[in-house]
Amino acid sequence: MSEQRNGHVRIGVYICHCGANIADTVDVKAVAEYAATLPGVVISREYKYMCSDPGQELIQKDIEEHAINRVVVAACSPTLHENTFRGAAERAGLNPFFVQMVNIREHDSWVHSDREAATVKAKDLVRAAVMRVYFHKPLEKRRVPIHPEVLVVGGGIAGIHAALTVANSGKRVYLVEREPTIGGHMAQYDKTFPTLDCAACILTPKMSAVRAHPNITLWTYSEVVSVDGSVGDYKVVVKRKPRYVHEDLCVGCLQCIETCVYKDSKFDDEFNLGLSKRKPIYIPFAQATPKVVVIDPDACIQLKTGKCKKSCMEACVERGAIDFAQKETYEEIHVGSIIIATGFQTFDPRRMPQYGYGKYPNVYNTLEVERLVNASGPTSGQVITRDGRVPKSVGIVLCVGSRDENTNRWCSRVCCMTSLKLAHLIKEHTGAEVYIFYIDMRAAGKGYEEFYQRVLNEGVHFIRGRVAEITDWALDPSEAGKLVARVEDTNTGFVRRIPLDMVVLAVGLEPQPDAHEVQRMFGISCSLDGFFLEKHPKLAPAPTYTDGIFIAGLCHGPKDIPDTVMQAGYAAAEAIALADTGFFELEPNTAYVVEEECSGCKTCVPLCPYQAVTFNEEKQKAFINEVLCKGCGTCVAACPSGSIKQNLFEDEEIYSEIEGVLAYA
Amino acid sequence: MEPSAKYLYYPGCSLKGTGIAYEESLLTTFRLLELPIKELPDWNCCGATNYMSVSETSATLLAARNLALARQTGSRDLLAPCNACYLTLRKSQELVAHYPKIAHEVEQFLEQAGLPRLDSVRVRHVLEVLYTDVGVERLRELTVRRLQGVRMASYYGCQAVRPYGEVDDPHEPTRMDQILKAVGVDVVEYNLKTKCCGGALTGTIHDVGVRLNYILLKEAMRQGAQAIVTICPLCQFNLDAYQAEIRKQTGEPIDMPIFYLTQIVGWALGGDVRELGLHRAISGKKLIEQWFTVKKEAETYV
Amino acid sequence: MERQIRYQREADLEWAHRFTQHPGCERLLSCIQCGTCSGTCPLSIYMDITPRQVIAMVREGFRDDVLKSKTIWLCASCYACSVECPQKINITDVMYRLKREAIQNNVFPKRFPIPVLAQEFCEMVRRRGRNSEFWMVFRMALRSNPAILLSMMRTGWDLWRTGRLSMRMERIQRVNELQYIPAATKEVD
Repeated sequence: MSEQRNGHVRIGVYICHCGANIADTVDVKAVAEYAATLPGVVISREYKYMCSDPGQELIQKDIEEHAINRVVVAACSPTLHENTFRGAAERAGLNPFFVQMVNIREHDSWVHSDREAATVKAKDLVRAAVMRVYFHKPLEKRRVPIHPEVLVVGGGIAGIHAALTVANSGKRVYLVEREPTIGGHMAQYDKTFPTLDCAACILTPKMSAVRAHPNITLWTYSEVVSVDGSVGDYKVVVKRKPRYVHEDLCVGCLQCIETCVYKDSKFDDEFNLGLSKRKPIYIPFAQATPKVVVIDPDACIQLKTGKCKKSCMEACVERGAIDFAQKETYEEIHVGSIIIATGFQTFDPRRMPQYGYGKYPNVYNTLEVERLVNASGPTSGQVITRDGRVPKSVGIVLCVGSRDENTNRWCSRVCCMTSLKLAHLIKEHTGAEVYIFYIDMRAAGKGYEEFYQRVLNEGVHFIRGRVAEITDWALDPSEAGKLVARVEDTNTGFVRRIPLDMVVLAVGLEPQPDAHEVQRMFGISCSLDGFFLEKHPKLAPAPTYTDGIFIAGLCHGPKDIPDTVMQAGYAAAEAIALADTGFFELEPNTAYVVEEECSGCKTCVPLCPYQAVTFNEEKQKAFINEVLCKGCGTCVAACPSGSIKQNLFEDEEIYSEIEGVLAYA
Repeated sequence: MEPSAKYLYYPGCSLKGTGIAYEESLLTTFRLLELPIKELPDWNCCGATNYMSVSETSATLLAARNLALARQTGSRDLLAPCNACYLTLRKSQELVAHYPKIAHEVEQFLEQAGLPRLDSVRVRHVLEVLYTDVGVERLRELTVRRLQGVRMASYYGCQAVRPYGEVDDPHEPTRMDQILKAVGVDVVEYNLKTKCCGGALTGTIHDVGVRLNYILLKEAMRQGAQAIVTICPLCQFNLDAYQAEIRKQTGEPIDMPIFYLTQIVGWALGGDVRELGLHRAISGKKLIEQWFTVKKEAETYV
Repeated sequence: MERQIRYQREADLEWAHRFTQHPGCERLLSCIQCGTCSGTCPLSIYMDITPRQVIAMVREGFRDDVLKSKTIWLCASCYACSVECPQKINITDVMYRLKREAIQNNVFPKRFPIPVLAQEFCEMVRRRGRNSEFWMVFRMALRSNPAILLSMMRTGWDLWRTGRLSMRMERIQRVNELQYIPAATKEVD
């Protein structure tokens, strides 16, 4: 097959209407007619949907019948359809890198309203592409092999589900969790909406399965500290923090906890959000996985002063699991892909002082109330306020740290349903009058609206209005000794004061505080809200822009458990598919050194963000590892002698493109 | 122009009338702190909330005249002790900065009136000057007598901490508490710090205005306050002037002195009753007499 | 019986659209009708329609209903709603705008002291440059409800005996500079 039949360039231009998306704002016909007049253009067409089968066939036919050897498609963004059109060219026997896309949708029709000007702009962009594609060269895609092993970061329900799915397909999985146990937030919940099955009952079997799975290596109390490499071969270093207990020796008998020199538990229990206390040596909760104790170095006398009688060690003398000399260790692994499932944090309602959280003891957040209604929680499931009363009236305030320009703009999606669930449970436990203060009740999900109906019929008061403030000053004798919510009941139009014994703030969900560090370490992006960014909001909601890295669960944005599990399964499927394919095709847009021209100045070497540039001491020339090169162009621009060039971004390609844009029609 | 003082004092109408004690205590406090202060010559009314209710442009022009006059003096800090003046002047600056149409009108007016164009005059509040320029520690050091055992609630009113100001946090302001503690006052918890006193409502829809003040006073009492400290002449007036009426209506034994922050600070720095305008109180006169009598032995426990 | 129905022809949508372009009113369309403004407002309990309803009515073009309401005049400009609004709507400025339109269109509640005070205040300040508290209140009372004066006697006496009541008519020196400020009531902005 000759790439340039008849020895000269024959360009085909295809203008897409994208239905009305482009055609409404750009005169596509005029653009096509104009393109036909450009030098080298043999055929110029417009079509309703170029990406459709007939659209692609149009290109293929022209290549075959009219010996077209360069293709310009003016349509949407290349991130969406570049591969589509390259595929069409390839099927017709043309090297796919003879295709150039022009984005006249996102860059033109969607952002302009003046039809005439938008049409001129489309012509300019098409002309630039025509002049550029003239200089394109045939290129080959590179293939890199895929390491079949997968890393899952985060051991909440998303990470657990992803790890099990990948492991069940026969691949080795490393599951890394920062806390001493897996389970994440879900382990703290009491019941799950809308079916009210207990969270522990459905979660703990999966936790045990992780522990028992032969293909899963579980590292709790561990953190990823560095990530190198690229798709197919990521080199990851994991720090394993010392728990001062040998995981392989501890059997979870918990006798050490009993014998600890602290007779009373006096440190805030993280799992119960400080609603109960624990000792310096502890297990987060009864079903913790692994069922191994951990010692808090900030609380343990031995670790703080070295002067404890170490009764825990005596209790464990036979097994010898306790080891105060334990140091952190580092594990280095190679994996082909990574699933990030690092979860979320809840909004700190202290940021909204008008709700009195932290000031009035009977103001709680939803997570605390989950523990309060839980049978294995700090009160064994009894709903008692901090001052020891069974509440007679409870108010649940929605959208605390959600839908608010002053804090977080997004809807946290789960709080409406969580509040319905808690309203039901509180009513069931206490018989209290329950008020839900909401702005909009969002119960979209299978069985959710039905659950809303159920709670409505249980007599919960639904007051449509965002609470302005929670106070403890009584304006009426009936309010004495109570908290009062002042709110406009927008359904009746009354401004109301509602006395409450207990206030529950339905706190919003936020990115983890270190999300940005994680994002940088893994080389992925964040959206404006700080959650990790998916590759496509509809069609690729688990892949990221970094090949081989997938996201699952709430690190990507607020979602409920079913959605989390679905996304985790999807991320796992992507990782499995990648491993099973065995290789990954890389864009050939890499940089290369023209050795004769390289002066050996080494300017480029430290600049490469991917460590792809090395220096060959023997030849005294720079060398670029094509597999590691991501085509960012930093070295190309930096090279003082101009000896680094880049495929698809050769000087003549770029200069003619610029000339094309600037040459007014 | 004569050499400029660091602070240019913009009294506003109230500090020459019902709020005269604010002016007296402010000037005394500044004298004791050795802060040079001078009244803005030929200042005009800021327009307050009323002018904005009738014409946005005219209200801005009115405020702009003061800012232009301030610029003529060469001082950068225009001190507006009244919350309404403070907010109005700052708001007019914001309007000029954000809306070219308004900026143009202002420019035109200043030119016609033969006044200089606006420049970066900083509109400042007394509380903010005391907190930022003087500092809590300095005030603590300079305190020569303490109102030991006297419990007070600090009350900001609304406009000083709202969108255009930088006096303190709009939800949980703490600066006044810090200053009061530094000069030896016991400060009580008070949740209504930034709740509105009703402003001019006591004069227009009297019962509504008085009710708002009743709530403010009652909550202060519940928290154990013996007095309320304010930073706005209208707040002080509303809280001070209607206590007899509230007593009659509700039967509650409310008789509480309402101070200006500058009266309390000025006293701690050694000012005397008359120069701080403490004799101008309507309510809580007994307590005022009790607290602010200069006894020889009272000064020994400093 | 009065019919409680609004025909769509009664909605002035063009006015509503223009309204969102005035200074401070730009974010009006972001309102999610949560009622934080009404809940926060210390005066909402006296209002005929709540601040939230004011915004809804403005947005739907029910111009006369809002302009005639007492609500806009009860707003004491404390800005609490503007600070608390989760959509950062400057509700206080919206209220100001409505007050101005009500005065310009002469539709405010007659003999309601607040708009009367506002106008008296502006006239006095525009002519003399300063406001003389005593005279302003006196004139406001005469125009709206002279009976107020009786209830003010006690306060007046208290102020007088503590030296806080000045009967002087204040005036700035360079009053001529004020002539370039348009007469507020006549101006349409």
